[in-house]
Amino acid sequence: MNGPSEQVSLPLAGGPEQLEASASFDADVMAYIRRATQCGLYDIRGMGAKRRLPTFDDLVFLTASASRYPLEGYREQCTSRTVLGGRFATKPIELDIPVTIAGMSFGSLSASAKDALGRAASEMGTSTTTGDGGMTPEERQSSKTLVYQCLPSRYGFNPDDLRQADAIEIVIGQGAKPGGGGMLLGQKVSSRVAGMRTLPEGIDQRSACRHPDWTGPDDLAIKIGELREITDWEKPIYVKMGATRVFDDVKLAVKAGADVVVIDGMQGGTAATQQVFIEHTGIPTLAALPQAVEALEEMDMAGEVGLIISGGIRTGADVAKALALGADAVSIGQAALIALGCNNRCHHDGEGWVDVSDDYQQLGTAPGFCHHCQTGRCPVGITTQDERLEQRLLPEKAADWVRNYLQVVNMEVTTLARACGKSDVHHLEREDLAALTVEAAAMARIPLAGTSWIPGCSTSNTDPGS
Amino acid sequence: MSDSREFDLAATSVRELNQYLHAELPGSDVTRISVQNPNGQHSIGAGLDCPVEVDIHGHAGYFIAGMNKQARVTVHGNVGWSVGENMMSGQVRVNGHASESAGASAHGGLLVIDGDASSRCGISLKGGNVVVAGDVGHFSAFMAQAGTMVVCGNAGANLGDSLYEAVIYVGGSIDSLGADAREEPMEASDVEALRDLLTEAGLEGDAENFRRVGSARSLYHWNAEAHQEY
Ligand SMILES: Cc1cc2nc3c(=O)[nH]c(=O)nc-3n(C[C@H](O)[C@H](O)[C@H](O)COP(=O)(O)O)c2cc1C
Ligand code: SF4
Repeated sequence: MNGPSEQVSLPLAGGPEQLEASASFDADVMAYIRRATQCGLYDIRGMGAKRRLPTFDDLVFLTASASRYPLEGYREQCTSRTVLGGRFATKPIELDIPVTIAGMSFGSLSASAKDALGRAASEMGTSTTTGDGGMTPEERQSSKTLVYQCLPSRYGFNPDDLRQADAIEIVIGQGAKPGGGGMLLGQKVSSRVAGMRTLPEGIDQRSACRHPDWTGPDDLAIKIGELREITDWEKPIYVKMGATRVFDDVKLAVKAGADVVVIDGMQGGTAATQQVFIEHTGIPTLAALPQAVEALEEMDMAGEVGLIISGGIRTGADVAKALALGADAVSIGQAALIALGCNNRCHHDGEGWVDVSDDYQQLGTAPGFCHHCQTGRCPVGITTQDERLEQRLLPEKAADWVRNYLQVVNMEVTTLARACGKSDVHHLEREDLAALTVEAAAMARIPLAGTSWIPGCSTSNTDPGS
Repeated sequence: MSDSREFDLAATSVRELNQYLHAELPGSDVTRISVQNPNGQHSIGAGLDCPVEVDIHGHAGYFIAGMNKQARVTVHGNVGWSVGENMMSGQVRVNGHASESAGASAHGGLLVIDGDASSRCGISLKGGNVVVAGDVGHFSAFMAQAGTMVVCGNAGANLGDSLYEAVIYVGGSIDSLGADAREEPMEASDVEALRDLLTEAGLEGDAENFRRVGSARSLYHWNAEAHQEY
């Protein structure tokens, strides 16, 4: 480090490496402030948190060895069948794989993206979910098992769609913006989207963050009762929440009568949310899941109330670890978009790959870095309402990609389960895991690898202080 | 087969009543349903979907006639929260007072409250009509998107906050208007529309003396200067 006198004597000498950047006001912070000065409105973007967080990657499986024996990879059965919603509903949801497609609205997604997801999910025996914009006839048709969201906005919400849904998801919040409402910039409020939402075309739409007809958890119980009455107690009712005070929130949702609780961690994706929400609210998925499980266990409701976890789930390993920690299923948003071709340099026109790097550049980004879903100018036709761009996504082709991806994920889950000696992916358990970092050990409540130490956990047989 | 049926909710559960209304009633000859002893129970008549007259004799709880389609439901008493929420068509009438969020998110149909309605009446309205003979509480017609709300009495604070295309007519005083709501001149077409609504609701009222509240539409674009470059 140069002394003050040297700095004075050599004001312009040397390369940039000799200039001292501020850790507090680095280039990113300066860009943030400059952007604010020019725009006068907070930054709004798509996708999820970009910052580094403790994740499922910080856990590993203790697969079988001498003390446990594994199942044969290709010869011995390992089932991934998943049943959700049997607590009160007479028609629970039965899925072939524990990976579901998260709620993403028509409006945020193009009709062809929704169609592709529905086809892929149906082929793989899993569910898709509507979103903040109602149900389209196309998605009801393409998706064999469709979860119908009941959101604060109630855009397009109606009893006919409610009755033709397979399950109902009451959305209290989502991981990208717990406590915030939906957003859709005017560029995406096309005439069809506007019509479905009963809004003027082209307006910047900010939807409510609280439900119009109920407020607290006691009201929620009555609201759930009403939805059950309308659907004659047939359909499972999910309650989806962003991960903040997970332990208390899960207990309240269970007490209110949910069949399934969906917890969305802070990494969860979005189509458009204030950046300040995306990066600074909620807790990581890894920390949220054990809290939810603990709440269910304390109420003696594990297994009775289904638990779906989401937020940054990408791989079979992520899914297997989530199941081992106590989830019944996971839900994916961003990963499904990437399977559709999000952030891909090219789109496929049916005959070959067409480079669309220029379109990314026009958005001020590049393939691999894009989070510009809010603009409605998705270069690969996924998050757009522009007829020309939408045609860049061929539903049948994209459905194949998503199906292949889901297949790989599920194969990885069963591979890990077999190696842990389990003939059912739902038999994976906490005991099968070890943590690689102290943070992950503390959040996931899994012993640090090579020790029996769970930081902050008094039941550990190693003194945390030692 | 008779054309009317009576349910006594002191002896029969709301579940049994609703199951009947959903599964057996449509297509039958029954055109009138009388419900006795509602005793403040919730979700009575929720999810109706046929042209039937339902009379509920007594006070009822939350979500009465929720998501109604086609039916004409009359509550001879007071109701709790969210009567006629998300109604699609038909008519719901409350002879007494209504608690919060009456007619929330109604997409169609007519909700009439003969007494007063509490706060957030007509919140999130999406094309339905709400007519209140008495007063409404604060934040009524919050974020109302389409449809009409008529308040023959007085309106509480923050009326029509963040209003979209819905229109409000108020006969009495307005404590305050919410963000982006503004008073607008009553045109002849307003008087006519209001008169029709009052007649449909079976209420007296001097349509000329009402005031019109609509949206200033200044929140439609978050930052007009930025030309949506955000
Ligand atoms: C394009 C997009 C649109 C979304 N729309 C909705 C929505 O309408 N309703 C909702 O509850 N969540 C919505 N979400 C959040 C997802 O349902 C889910 O919680 C999240 O994507 C899970 O995290 P992941 O993206 O990391 O998998 C959306 C997410 C994305 C990426
Ligand atoms: S490629 Fe499309 S879907 Fe992916 S981040 Fe960019 S705009 Fe969003």
